[in-house]
Amino acid sequence: MHQDHPEIFPQRHTMSVPGGHRALRVGLGGPVGSGKTATVAALCRTLRDEVSIGVVTNDIYTREDADFLLRQAVLAPDRIVAVETGACPHTAIRDDISANLEAVEELEERVGPLDLVLLESGGDNLTATFSKGLVDVQMFVIDVAGGDDIPRKGGPGVTMSDLLVVNKVDLAVHVGADLDRMAADAAAQRGGLPTVFTSVARGQGVAPVADWIRERLAESTAGAA
Amino acid sequence: MSAALLLLTDGRFPAGGHAHSGGAEAAVAEGRITGAATLAEFCRGRLHTTGLVAAALAAAAAAGADLLALDDAADARTPSPALRTVSRRLGRQLLRAARAAWPAAVLDQLAADRPRGAHQPVVLGATARAAGLTPLDAARAAAYESAGSPATATVRLLGLDPFQAAAVLARLAPEVDAVADAATAAAHRARTEGTGALPAASAPLLDVSAERHAAWPTRLFTS
Repeated sequence: MHQDHPEIFPQRHTMSVPGGHRALRVGLGGPVGSGKTATVAALCRTLRDEVSIGVVTNDIYTREDADFLLRQAVLAPDRIVAVETGACPHTAIRDDISANLEAVEELEERVGPLDLVLLESGGDNLTATFSKGLVDVQMFVIDVAGGDDIPRKGGPGVTMSDLLVVNKVDLAVHVGADLDRMAADAAAQRGGLPTVFTSVARGQGVAPVADWIRERLAESTAGAA
Repeated sequence: MSAALLLLTDGRFPAGGHAHSGGAEAAVAEGRITGAATLAEFCRGRLHTTGLVAAALAAAAAAGADLLALDDAADARTPSPALRTVSRRLGRQLLRAARAAWPAAVLDQLAADRPRGAHQPVVLGATARAAGLTPLDAARAAAYESAGSPATATVRLLGLDPFQAAAVLARLAPEVDAVADAATAAAHRARTEGTGALPAASAPLLDVSAERHAAWPTRLFTS
């Protein structure tokens, strides 16, 4: 059986991508409406001239998010694929990752070599996280309008994600969200893991997320060399 | 009964089945599944047609028959292009899980021979063999899956009472066993008579609905 990067990912079972080069796989999870798709679109616009990118969406209804990305024309259409999740988006990213692995590998075969694959989960609850067999690193996207107590509540997405993104900070004043409290709660829940505050749809704030991905890409390249 | 069979048929075994409804999503939309009674009839119909065929293919594969000949036989018994694609994709997903769970040269060879995926029942039978299971075990797994998949999906699609769905499958269990027995006998005949001895029962409405479903712009399940 071929297992890629055995020293780093002993549990990953990859069938079709031979050799050393494999794209960095970054998962984006989080509740419905927090701005995952907008973040993916902004990341594509920011990074597409630097690295070769593919996107896998896991939608509730097949192609909604993929179609949004296509309309925004953030990438060529053949770089965006949608995976159906049988009404269980968390299952497709955590318990049974086989369809997503198929999608990633087919994408790499078809339009590769790729440097970066962004996997967007369907909007789910605070317990939904990506399997380590599917992604290398993951971010969890929440927003201030969903309630400024989400970081305090914790849950695997908030506590375990490699990057916590708190989006829509421009709305904080309108919904009475206390950003300082959110930052303090996130720091308490996440140990040393980073948290960033963004307002992606307002065209600001995706820069720290893009920088974080650049750092992960650099680590990945150094690890593979 | 081996614990390996329980693992192989466990709905949590990561082989991709959770995203497929076995035709139930189309049947619900077209008004043919509306509750427990119509679900039972749908599952019964699927069990005795595509379920029987899948069970026989799986049993033959588990008995050590030529897997590529069985793969061709599966193609010939799957007239819907959409369902052929689905079966090969699910076969590839199952093979990934199988090679991790029960590493075996026969599974590596099948992956090399059919890089785009072999038909799911063929992979299921080969997996059963790698796991030390019998042809009858493989037939039971395939037959049960043919009814279990639409039942699970209908719980999500209609909000059907899950106890009712479990009762539907429990009432069907003797028929699942009978189909598995018949499929195993056919697989045994195929050892001397060739794959032509395998059943070729078809369900035209499932084929037609699968083609329509594949063209829907938005859906919850892949098939």
